[in-house]
Amino acid sequence: MSTAPRLTALDALHRSLGATMTDFAGWDMPLRYASERDEHNAVRTRAGLFDLSHMGEITVTGPQAVDLLDYALVGNISTVGNGRARYTMICQEDGGILDDLIVYRLGETEYMVVANASNAQVVLDALVARSQHDGGFDAEVRDDRDAYALIAVQGPESPGILKQLTDADLDGLKYYAGLPGTVAGVPALIARTGYTGEDGFELFLKPEHAEGVWKALTEAGQGVGLIPCGLSCRDTLRLEAGMPLYGHELTTSLTPFDAGLGRVVKFEKPGDFVGRKALEAAAERAEAAPPRKLVGLVAEGRRVPRAGFQVVAGGEVVGEITSGAPSPTLGRPIAMAYVDAAHAAPGTEGVGVDIRGTHEPYEVVALPFYKRQK
Amino acid sequence: MSNPQQLRYSKEHEWLTDAVDGVATVGITEHAANALGDIVYVQLPEVGATVTAGEECGELESTKSVSELYSPVTGEVVEANQDVVDDPALVNTAPFEGGWLFKVRISDEPGDLLSADEYTAFTAG
Repeated sequence: MSTAPRLTALDALHRSLGATMTDFAGWDMPLRYASERDEHNAVRTRAGLFDLSHMGEITVTGPQAVDLLDYALVGNISTVGNGRARYTMICQEDGGILDDLIVYRLGETEYMVVANASNAQVVLDALVARSQHDGGFDAEVRDDRDAYALIAVQGPESPGILKQLTDADLDGLKYYAGLPGTVAGVPALIARTGYTGEDGFELFLKPEHAEGVWKALTEAGQGVGLIPCGLSCRDTLRLEAGMPLYGHELTTSLTPFDAGLGRVVKFEKPGDFVGRKALEAAAERAEAAPPRKLVGLVAEGRRVPRAGFQVVAGGEVVGEITSGAPSPTLGRPIAMAYVDAAHAAPGTEGVGVDIRGTHEPYEVVALPFYKRQK
Repeated sequence: MSNPQQLRYSKEHEWLTDAVDGVATVGITEHAANALGDIVYVQLPEVGATVTAGEECGELESTKSVSELYSPVTGEVVEANQDVVDDPALVNTAPFEGGWLFKVRISDEPGDLLSADEYTAFTAG
């Protein structure tokens, strides 16, 4: 296996913009262009432009594509209408989360599964293996990671910016929907999805078209304050929005029920699916006596909790931070953490975080930290 | 970016003014501030504390990470910049000016502090 990081189609452009690059899941990606706080605030109040080409696209087609996905994933994919998208998960037989995914229905018998960059190979391998189950499904699983570049434009100004470059009916495009169209003269799958807590779009394009579309969006957004944004602010944006990140809030040692996301598991769908039995037991456990809960923590001080730091109460360890960062919107450090149920209720007194030996006071709050006004 | 000629520099990316009446001002370089990203929390040594050249004397926390602050010289802290404690972003916007960190009455300094040109070459390599 090569250790050289993979480059996106926009690599030269990022460097010309002076981006600070970082290795992320084997890809060389923009961490930030200037101030990550300014980038964060641009997405909350105006618009930001992201290169997300590291995300893993897998196409599933064929007469039994939907049956394969219903078997392989925990969601009810047969209820996803043409042109719509669904947030879902893929689990192990023991219920542990392999990845969280968005599934786009592109046609009558065509679906695109978008996996996290770090898990794309695992998801691809699992889908291929599961397609052979019980004599096999009449469906093809195709690795399309190199077939797409992915550009996101996110923030309240993003509809106005994108409208200048496309005839697609953006007003008719609902949240979690996607349609094929033309952007800046080239074909694109236009999806109203994101990972920022704001309105916005994700554009799946041929890699050779990425630079032209990026430049066209930059120009179209100039008057309303659109700026290029890196992965650093994407992380603080999703954290404020209470969205989980694989490897932090989600791992193979947790089921969706442990992560407070049991709603993505659809037991009512017909037929068996991978993990059903274990997940039924997990659902009962979560109902009866959840050991730990995913909560939000807001700092009273200014020191920042990081993943792996211990949550403490009365001198005892009662949980662990999964993600933490200074919140530009709240002006204080925030974190997500798995905390013992006894200390997980919003407003619980006496909870702190051990930051390099000092117990800093934290307030337990309900997630999300930030919800946009619609 | 250019490193002011009148300052001296440590390999841990601190800068130091010439001492006036034995007291020098210390900060971190623009190179270091840029590498850290937006700084959100600054912990400085307390006034009256003794700091030792090359040893940790505080911390700087940015969006992504926390870094130790090292003192470039040995001496007694005579002033800490409350402005950067209240507004850590000053370290990013004015690292060589309003973003200074503390003032120290020097009792000893190492012989390996760098000139501006030497530090520029050090960070380029």
